[in-house]
Amino acid sequence: MKVNELFKSELKVINMGLESFYQDMKSQDVSAIHVNWKPAAGGNEKMAALLARMKSLQ
Amino acid sequence: MANFIDQANKEALKLMQNAQPTLIGMGIAKDTLPGMRENLILHAGPPVKWEDMSGPLRGAVVGGIIYQGLAETVDEAKELAASGKIDFDSCHHHLAVGPMAGVVTAKMPVFIVKNLDQGNYAYCTMNEGLGEVLRFGAYGENVINHLNWMEKTLYPILKEAIEIHGPIDIKSMNAQALQMGDEMHNRNKAGTSLFIREIASSIVKTNASEEDKVKVFDFLNSNDHFYLNLSMPGAKCTMDPVGKVKYSTIVYGMARNGTEFGIRVAGLGERWFTAPAEIIDGLYFPGYSMEDANRDIGDSCITETSGIGGFAMASAPAIVQFVGGTPADAVQYTTSMYEITLEESVAYKMPNMNFRGVPTGIDIRKVVETQIRPVINTGIASKHAGVGQVGAGVVRPPMKCFEDALQAFVEMLDNEGLLD
Amino acid sequence: MKVNSMVRKNAYYDSVTLMIISREMKKIEGVDEVLVGMGTDLNVDLVEKLSLLTPELEGITPNDLFIAAKYDESKCTMDQIIQAFDEQINAKQDASAGDYQPPTLSSAVEHLKGANLVQISIPGRYAAREAEDALNKGLNVMLFSDNVSVEDELKLKKKAVEKGLLMMGPDCGTAIINGVPLCFANVLRRGAIGVVGASGTGTQEVTVCIDKLGEGVSQVIGTGGRDLSEPINGLMMSLGIDALESDPETKVIVLISKPPAPSVEKKILSKVSNCRKPVVVDFIGGDAEAILEAGAIPCVSLEDAARKAVAALRGEEIAAFEGFDAPENEINAIVDKAVASLKPDQKNLRALYTGGTLTDEAMKFLGENYQIYSNIPMTPDMAIEALEGEIKGHICLDLGEDEFTRGRPHPMIDPLTRSEFFDSHVDGTTAVVLVDCVLGYGSNADPAGAVAESVNSARARLAKEGKELVAVASVCGTDKDPQDLKKSVATLKEAGVIVMPSNMQAVRLVDRILARVSE
Repeated sequence: MKVNELFKSELKVINMGLESFYQDMKSQDVSAIHVNWKPAAGGNEKMAALLARMKSLQ
Repeated sequence: MANFIDQANKEALKLMQNAQPTLIGMGIAKDTLPGMRENLILHAGPPVKWEDMSGPLRGAVVGGIIYQGLAETVDEAKELAASGKIDFDSCHHHLAVGPMAGVVTAKMPVFIVKNLDQGNYAYCTMNEGLGEVLRFGAYGENVINHLNWMEKTLYPILKEAIEIHGPIDIKSMNAQALQMGDEMHNRNKAGTSLFIREIASSIVKTNASEEDKVKVFDFLNSNDHFYLNLSMPGAKCTMDPVGKVKYSTIVYGMARNGTEFGIRVAGLGERWFTAPAEIIDGLYFPGYSMEDANRDIGDSCITETSGIGGFAMASAPAIVQFVGGTPADAVQYTTSMYEITLEESVAYKMPNMNFRGVPTGIDIRKVVETQIRPVINTGIASKHAGVGQVGAGVVRPPMKCFEDALQAFVEMLDNEGLLD
Repeated sequence: MKVNSMVRKNAYYDSVTLMIISREMKKIEGVDEVLVGMGTDLNVDLVEKLSLLTPELEGITPNDLFIAAKYDESKCTMDQIIQAFDEQINAKQDASAGDYQPPTLSSAVEHLKGANLVQISIPGRYAAREAEDALNKGLNVMLFSDNVSVEDELKLKKKAVEKGLLMMGPDCGTAIINGVPLCFANVLRRGAIGVVGASGTGTQEVTVCIDKLGEGVSQVIGTGGRDLSEPINGLMMSLGIDALESDPETKVIVLISKPPAPSVEKKILSKVSNCRKPVVVDFIGGDAEAILEAGAIPCVSLEDAARKAVAALRGEEIAAFEGFDAPENEINAIVDKAVASLKPDQKNLRALYTGGTLTDEAMKFLGENYQIYSNIPMTPDMAIEALEGEIKGHICLDLGEDEFTRGRPHPMIDPLTRSEFFDSHVDGTTAVVLVDCVLGYGSNADPAGAVAESVNSARARLAKEGKELVAVASVCGTDKDPQDLKKSVATLKEAGVIVMPSNMQAVRLVDRILARVSE
């Protein structure tokens, strides 16, 4: 199982959301990166819908 | 199978990667620019009416009218500009680009840059230097005299020198300058030096007087931004063929007229998507503040459109403080531009980015999705005509330009029945 | 007083950042009330409750940032309030400058080569999509966000099982993978006990007790609170058991959950009966018979689970632990002293918890013996609403529940909520105050200090009535936690708090005191 591979590897964390969780990783010298996450199109629903329509192209 | 938008973008990127901008000569605007005529004045950015022009652009128009000999006094020039007898149009509509106000009149000398890959041309006037200059809206006697010197002395010598030398490869000069600390928008010291080195013996070989040759060398040496007016048409002729690729979502033009910011997107043809240009929160010279600043102005962000300028900031650590940041910020700016572009340049490599190519091909979809707007290094003009540069900083186009373009793109697909 | 507002369309900030800034902004001279938040229904309700509603705020969406304020116009202006906000938010952003922060998961994967786990704490309505994207990229997921639908949870976990990946959560508060504490977790010795937990502070309490007993953990896998419900069918607990069974570092497995749905309990226990490693099961208050039948070891408390796991690991005799670490005469002395300090009308319990499972454990035990008003009552008539705002009888609260945290960070992060309950609920009828103090990453920098402060001020208040305060606490933490167990215990003791070695022992002590005062 892939989980057991994880247990044997160095943990490398992508943090998305509360930045304090990322700071906790950094303070423990865990290899980590913080995603400056925003909703798609900054939460502009009209734009997000337009993008979704373009993405639906085959 | 990739969809037709991805395919169109691939084609557009190939045009960008393969472009071969080359300086092939010089000429007079009226004889070289398509559609140029005596009563036409070109300006930077998307089209703008005299009534809507900002201080520095109006000043440059007045200066241009006097220089062209269409009026003698400032009042006459203003009256003529407002009379409707003068036509105004975007440089971009005539294969030209101009820094700051970007004013071009019929008798101005221009560089002729050809993209050898696609055979298309781009034009740009010669850079006047800093201080009291037309591009910042100055129109006094010194300005006109300097323009006349450029036309009567500088132009013939450079024109002859380029003829003696033969074509100069702008692409490889850009690539070298980038590795020497230029980003070809706000820093052109290396590019200017390389140009002087390249053209020097040919200038010496011209028939001009020793005195004039010395003056030409002194002028080139005193003007760190001389090369900007070559990197800009280089970028322009790189991007113009991209504008003809239907269904591509790549931005092929970005420009500001001091009132509005405009972008043009390949799949949407020649249409401009505009929004009020921003006032730049940058680093102001002593004695100046945001109060003194004009809205963002100039065609020089054609460099960023092609992947250099602010996009290559990581490679120009010497100017990061000038635009209010640290070398680490510069790396961040460049790194973040990969989020909104589709490829890395094959030709323009940045040593301190581990020789990654500059971020190439701004995709409107990525800009809207990530809300990361292109980063532009820019000079800041005083809002009063003729004062000149009051600061420098980093500016970004209004998001509205990209959102409107995205909407228009989807409408176009809808109209063609290509979307469910 | 003027009520005013400001809205920024499509400007996203995370809720905890905004809550903390809201608090700071209340300190501005002349500001009576201020709320900064995203325009969610919850926040708009709160604005209305605080009488800060303006017409501008009515058409607001969850993607818009707003500032609503009531202030004295002679002392400050809205512009100053907005400026103060911008300064705060920019200061926060500057603090993180330096490291590149990509905008998307795809880009993060490019920037952190070999990334293998994504920790997600964005608003619930966006979280499922990002989690799915992460699983598709072959990444393990720790999903801290709540407000994710059961349908989405099922879809995500099915995908994770198919790919053999961890899908911890939604609403998963704690995990320790390869020795790294994730979200809210303690710093523990590494060892041979593997844990799969469906309840956050329950898992923290068990693992902390394991550490106190001198053993360590191999992996601590969180599943989220709904994993053992019927629709989710224990997908992640099953995967966790398989993973720990095939993990060579793990010698003993501990399972922690509230009582599962019957069909799920059956499924999990049948898996347990086939497991080649010893399994300790604490289905808090669940059916011990079934667990025994499955060949596993049932428990009477979280602490008991830890002790049994350690005994199983060491090959020692496994016996239920139902008493105290301290000898009986010492406990009696503590109880005698506490009871002697109380006046005859001091008869009531005030249990003010920050940890959900710790509250459960207290309620399960004390609720058998006493009628306790609570937000997790034993019987519907004892629901906290039945008090209608009046404060009387025994009260036990899980202050981490939504009803108490509206517009505020969880009390494990920000002790303010509990401090306020100390002020309002600890009165002259109070016999004993029972609290938890959860240390570890994610938690407040000094929860013991906040409790000590509250105890001191409550004690001073009661002294005016000529009364004493008896406070009992347990600290869920280790000496390796950033807050330091020893230091936290010393802080509490200095404030006269009786500190017990585990939540269960604190609960038992409180039970003894209550038994005496209600005689």
